[in-house]
Amino acid sequence: MLEIQNISVNYNKSGKPAVENFSLAVKQGEICCLVGESGSGKTSVIRAVMGNLSRQGRVTRGDIFFEGDSLLSYTANDWRKIYGTEISMIFQDSGAMLNPIRTIGSQFVEYIRAHGTYTRKEAWEKGVQMLEHACLPDGEHIMKSYPFQLSGGMKQRVGIAFSMVFKPRLLLADEPTSALDITMQAQMIRQMMKLREEYGTSIIMITHNLALAAYMSDHIVVMRDGKIADSGDRDHILHHSQAEYTKKLLSAVPSLGGDNYV
Amino acid sequence: MFERDDLIIEARHLTKSYQISRNRTLTACDDVSLNFYKNRTLGIVGESGCGKSTFIRMAVGLEKPTSGEIMFHGKNITERKGEELRLSRRNIQMIFQDPGEAFHPRMKVKEIICEPLLNYNLIKKNQMDSKARELLEMVELPGSFAERYPHDMSGGQRQRIGIARALALEPEVIICDEITSALDVSVQQTIVELLLDLQKRKQISIGFISHDLALVQQFAHQIAVMYLGNVVEILSGKEVSTKARHPYTQALLDSIFDLNMDFSKEIVSMESEIPSPLNIPDGCPFQNRCIHCMKVCRAEKPGLWEIEPDHLVACHQFNRFNYREDQ
Repeated sequence: MLEIQNISVNYNKSGKPAVENFSLAVKQGEICCLVGESGSGKTSVIRAVMGNLSRQGRVTRGDIFFEGDSLLSYTANDWRKIYGTEISMIFQDSGAMLNPIRTIGSQFVEYIRAHGTYTRKEAWEKGVQMLEHACLPDGEHIMKSYPFQLSGGMKQRVGIAFSMVFKPRLLLADEPTSALDITMQAQMIRQMMKLREEYGTSIIMITHNLALAAYMSDHIVVMRDGKIADSGDRDHILHHSQAEYTKKLLSAVPSLGGDNYV
Repeated sequence: MFERDDLIIEARHLTKSYQISRNRTLTACDDVSLNFYKNRTLGIVGESGCGKSTFIRMAVGLEKPTSGEIMFHGKNITERKGEELRLSRRNIQMIFQDPGEAFHPRMKVKEIICEPLLNYNLIKKNQMDSKARELLEMVELPGSFAERYPHDMSGGQRQRIGIARALALEPEVIICDEITSALDVSVQQTIVELLLDLQKRKQISIGFISHDLALVQQFAHQIAVMYLGNVVEILSGKEVSTKARHPYTQALLDSIFDLNMDFSKEIVSMESEIPSPLNIPDGCPFQNRCIHCMKVCRAEKPGLWEIEPDHLVACHQFNRFNYREDQ
C-alpha cells in the first residue's frame, strides 16, 4: 500500500542528508515501528511521507508511492484530498495541535466539515461518536470543553479521535505515548491496535520504547544516523539479530526482574 | 540492610497543602514518611501528579512543609533559615530533569561545576581549571570540556555535567528528579551506571525519582510507590516484580511493556483516569480504580502496614490479613 523507495532527505543542500537510502513497504493492516535514538531520522521519514518536512527539508532522491501514486508529485490540492481521509497523523503532543482558546467541539466540527460534506449538526454528532469510540465517555461534555480542561491522556485520545474520523488507510504516529504515564500509554496502545482490527488501518509509528515496538508491530525498523541499521519482525529483532547496534539497544532496555545492579 | 546509624535524612509525616481558593485546598503530599540511608538508593515511583516532586522539594528545602518535620542526622532542619539554611544546602544536592534548562546558557562548563565550590569559598578562582578537570574526569568526560558551553554538548553529556555540579560539594545525599527521562535508552543506562559507580566510591545516599518502575527496580534498594500524594507501598527494589502487593503497584507493573513479556497476551491497563487531586475521595485514594474495592475502603483511609520485614502496604486487604493472624 505504501512504498518508500530509497529516499534521502536533506535539510540543506551541501550538508549530510538526515535520511539516506531509506526503503520501506507497508501492507494493508500492517503495523510498522521505527525505533532509534534521537537524531536518527525517524521523524524525517514520517514527515516525508506526510509531505511536510520542516524548514528547507526536501526529498532529494528516491520516491514514495501511496496506492501506486507518487506522493512527491502531489500538489497542495492533491494533498488536501488525502490528508485526514486517506492518511492521518497523531503527534507527540496533541495538546499543541489544538487551539487553546476554542472548544474541542468547534475545532472538531471544523475539521470534519473541511474534509467531508456534513452539516454542522451531523458533524457534531459524528464528533461525539468518535470521542466515545476513543474511550472518552461523555463525548458531549468533552466537545464543550477547552483543551486546558483535559488531562494529557485525554488530549491524546482526542488526537486519536480526530485522526480516525475518516477511517484513514494509513496512520502515522510520532511518539504518541512518550509524554504519557505508563498506565495511559497502555491504554493508548490498546486503542491503536483496535483501529487496526476494526478498520484495517496500517500504522507507522515512531517510538523509542523497544519493548512497546516489539509488542505491537509486525515489522520493526531500527534506525541509526539516517540509515536502516536493522529490520525484521519481532522474533528476528529480539532473538536473531546480527546487528551489533540492535544488541546494544536491547541490552540497555531495563527489564523487570532482569539484571540488577545492587 | 537499613541500619539506624546510617540514617541521614528522616522525613516524618510530611504534608504539603496549597490553598487554591478560600475553601478548597490541594494536598499534594499527605503524611509521607520516608528515610534516606547512607550508601542506599531510595526510588520514588508514581504517575504525574502523585506528589513525588513535591516530596523531594521539601526534603531538599526548596519548599516548606505544611506540617511534619525533616530530621538531618537527628537534628530538626525544617525551620532552618538564613545562613543556617545556606550551609545545610551543602549536604543535600539535586540533579534536575532537563539538562538543557538546568544551566545558565552563557556560563562555561568550568564555571558551572565550580560555582558551588566558589559559593562556599572552598577553592580560589585560580584553582578552577584544575578542579574542573578533576570533576569532569570523575563523570568520565574529557577535561577539555571545561571550556565548552552547555549548548554544544549532547543531552547525556549535559546530564553528566549536572552530576558533576551536584557532587562538587561532596554532599551526603543527592536527589535525582527524573534525570533520565529526557535521554535515549542507551544513554540512560550509562548515566545510571555512572551514578551507581559514584555511589559505591563515595557512599552517597541517592533519592531517585522516576515514573519508570522497570528502570528504578534495577538499582534501588528501596522503592516507594506514590499515588495522589500518598505512599501506597514500600518494598525492596529486587522484590518489585515478584512481591508487589498493592493493587496500584500491580496495575503499574501490568502496564509496563517489557522485552520479556508474553507478546501474545493483550496488555492490561486501567481504563479510568486518575482523579483530580482537588477532590481526593475519603477513605482509600485508590478506591475508584481498584478492582478489589471493599466497603471499608470507601470509609476509612488505610495506614501503612508492615506485611513482612521492610515491606509496607497501605491497603485494607492486608490489614484484615494481619488482624486474622493476630487473633
